[in-house]
Amino acid sequence: MKTWKLSELDSLFAAIAAAQKLYIPADAAGQPAFTLWTPGLSMTKALNTGRSAKDLFFPQVENLVNFKVSGRRIQVEPGREEVEDFVIFGVRACDCRSFDILDSVFLSDPVDTFYADRRSHATVMTLACSEPEETCFCTSLGIDPQAPAGDVSCWAMEDTLYLEANTEKGQALLSSLPQLGQGEKPQTDASVFHRLPLKDLDFSVFGEKPLMDWFNSPVWDSLSQSCLGCGSCTFVCPTCQCYDVEDFDGGATIRRFRCWDSCMYSDFTMMAHGTNRPTQKERFRQRFMHKLVYHPNNHAGQIGCVGCGRCLQKCPISMNIVKVAKALKEGKA
Amino acid sequence: MSILRDPLIPMVALVTDIRTDTPDVKTFRVVGLDGKKPMEHIPGQCAMLSMPGVGEALFSITSSPTNADYLEFSIKKCGCVTNWLHAIEPGQQVTLRGPYGNGFPVDTDFVGKDLLFIAGGIGLAPLRSVINYVRHHRGRYGSVDIVYGARSKEDLVDYDEILQQWCREDGVTVHLTIDNPQPDWDGHVGFVPNYVKELAFDTGKTVVMCGPPVMIKFTLAGLEELGFRRDQVYTTFELKMKCALGKCGRCNIGDKYVCKDGPVFRLDQMAQLPDEY
Amino acid sequence: MQDRVMEKAAALLESGVCTRVLGWKTGEFFYDVTPAVFTSAEEVRTQMVYNPFCGPNLSKYLIAESRKEGKIAVFLKPCDTFSFVQLQKEHRIARDKVYAVGVQCDGMIDMDSLKALGLRGVTAAREVGDNLIVSTLYGEKTVPRREALSLRCRVCKSKRLNDCDEIIGEQGGDLPSDRFAQVEALEAMTPEERFAFWRSELSKCIRCNACRNVCPACSCEKCVFDNPGSGVRNKAAADSFEENLFHIIRAFHVAGRCTDCGECSRVCPQGIPLHLLNRKLIKDMNQLYGPYQAGADFDSKPPMLAFTPEDPEASIITNGRDGQ
Repeated sequence: MKTWKLSELDSLFAAIAAAQKLYIPADAAGQPAFTLWTPGLSMTKALNTGRSAKDLFFPQVENLVNFKVSGRRIQVEPGREEVEDFVIFGVRACDCRSFDILDSVFLSDPVDTFYADRRSHATVMTLACSEPEETCFCTSLGIDPQAPAGDVSCWAMEDTLYLEANTEKGQALLSSLPQLGQGEKPQTDASVFHRLPLKDLDFSVFGEKPLMDWFNSPVWDSLSQSCLGCGSCTFVCPTCQCYDVEDFDGGATIRRFRCWDSCMYSDFTMMAHGTNRPTQKERFRQRFMHKLVYHPNNHAGQIGCVGCGRCLQKCPISMNIVKVAKALKEGKA
Repeated sequence: MSILRDPLIPMVALVTDIRTDTPDVKTFRVVGLDGKKPMEHIPGQCAMLSMPGVGEALFSITSSPTNADYLEFSIKKCGCVTNWLHAIEPGQQVTLRGPYGNGFPVDTDFVGKDLLFIAGGIGLAPLRSVINYVRHHRGRYGSVDIVYGARSKEDLVDYDEILQQWCREDGVTVHLTIDNPQPDWDGHVGFVPNYVKELAFDTGKTVVMCGPPVMIKFTLAGLEELGFRRDQVYTTFELKMKCALGKCGRCNIGDKYVCKDGPVFRLDQMAQLPDEY
Repeated sequence: MQDRVMEKAAALLESGVCTRVLGWKTGEFFYDVTPAVFTSAEEVRTQMVYNPFCGPNLSKYLIAESRKEGKIAVFLKPCDTFSFVQLQKEHRIARDKVYAVGVQCDGMIDMDSLKALGLRGVTAAREVGDNLIVSTLYGEKTVPRREALSLRCRVCKSKRLNDCDEIIGEQGGDLPSDRFAQVEALEAMTPEERFAFWRSELSKCIRCNACRNVCPACSCEKCVFDNPGSGVRNKAAADSFEENLFHIIRAFHVAGRCTDCGECSRVCPQGIPLHLLNRKLIKDMNQLYGPYQAGADFDSKPPMLAFTPEDPEASIITNGRDGQ
């Protein structure tokens, strides 16, 4: 396995960044986020970023196309940003799995070329976990946090970073770094993952009953009761991918952009004659039904959650997918 | 990769003709900038029309695929984009993308069947494409009945076409109704669901229905009373959409996306889905 | 305190004083409590919780809850009662439909503070004297309770329980608080430094609207930023101007009505110290129009709604400050 001294991580970043843009999880105004590496920028000490790694493939705001309007005439002009090759370092196993879920939406026919463009230009370097938070439950979703996927998997153990290429793209990246050493990765210790309080969540149950049984569950009223209808769960979620398309009239040019949207918002399905989800209960139910039932139904049983625990940490009223999944399974909240 | 190639990026099209159907419905004729029909479609499919800076919205293509020259959209004035459309004049350019959705099974399930079309108000718009397709390929289908109702005579969309063409065609029977009596109307008065029950259609027919949710609900109940099964009844839905590609995530009814898996659904399929529409 | 709150909640339901109780529900962990309405003593005994992690301010829920059938009992901490009074002043809560129980507060603890102390994988915490003994996946640690307090509680302005029908524990009073210290530090910066500070903070904003939706002063039925007809609706900050202005406009909108409850900063998933914008305005209003605390009483006139000929003109102040 390839190796690098952890104390000289900065020079590894410099070597990668010499050829292409590099993003690493770093603290920005106290908040860990994937940040463009520049000399001197170091990794955050936090386990994971506040916003997920999806931002790099599906940014919060993205220009689609520009228009010029003169009189009755409309001219369509390129508005999209050219994407260059880039590397993301330090993606955790959960976020890496989220790319599979996003792929199943954006890369299915008709392909979203904006997303596809970024995916094809990216080399993902994952980083194995060794010190999970109590809110972590990726193992309940069949993810091994100590063997993350990606183009290159990395392990930080003692004073060494071990790197292993999983794909051609990963191989090419490691080959471009002749300074890498060779070494044998020590055994990883999984014991802490067996002590995780949420390790035994059961998500298989959602495929075992008809959709309407879950939809009509009596638990939705009390679960959604104190939901604020904000979008924090949606926006920090690595798998939430709903978007809005809006126009920004800048006078000379009209920009058509898309931005993240949340099914928790009251205007999400608002039409000229009203909305089909009039109360927060319906909006709340939509979000969790989508992740636990609708998405798996449409994508070969793939649950729309990766167990990263961000919604557990960020919801202002501490309502989250773990509480919902448990309540649905038990039939009471 | 072409910087303009993505399903979300529209083409520019030209509105060549605007017909006023009712006080709040106009029909827009649209061609490409080359003067030709901009796309081929299946009856029941939709397209995204937009004016940059105003917004983009999904509309049923109301012309029949057998029309080789242009697309038509019958549009009711009710929101931001539709208000803008109602204010424009021929010669205006718009943007267009599509077609989207599954369309009606006109070349499969409908072939050889006696067809019963039921529409209320602007609900005739998506059915007009099917009706004219069926009329064009008259030999492929059995009898055609059309029940169409609106608030008043003035609110009947495509009234001239109905009178001049549909009513005069062999094997096509048109049953019009309006909600309240008015002096220049000697036809039926009453709501669509009741009229359908009164007409007591043969239960062998395949039903194609579109209208406001309340009409669908009561008409379906009436049809079931008459002995129709849900798997004989097709309808088309419309919900808030942004992408029309099954990705933006807002037009779903349960695990089905109206833009991609619909807008046409058979009502027995809807029985397994939430009534969030 | 947990037992006394729960006994009280159960008793209020059993005696028929109220038909519903608004409190907090237990979660997966000891800290992830969720605001909830309980309708029976049985529910209260099995699901209700009151502990130092019950941070969420329940006052805003009373806008909707007090419009429902029957009376609702609510448990309020001192800072929550300022919002409770302020919302009544704005005629947003039907007081006769509410039975308010004030709960003495020694300051709330939050996970952000515990994490800031370097703790990871926290599974339990218990109070022992002035300390907190925290169990984690990696062993047990003892931290001083005051270091685990949520940021707002470290500069608590008042332990007074306003307008309560009943009090559990002791009534408290206003405290000398140095809550404006951080504002003063910002004022001491050069405009460039201050701009850089706010840009780095506000550029983190993801427009999730949690700050607005939790804010008791943001009680419009439909926010102007959600209204397509307003011309200023925006779901995402399309540029840095919008990023900056959303929060600044919101701070101005709640000026004079903000009680400094600190919920905005508590809920921000991006850790933006939004309360500093509100505090700056409170501090300025105190200076310009005399000391004022929103939600402290029913009679005082809010400074932004009470014009007097003696009111200083902002332009004069600016000129004075610049020494012109």
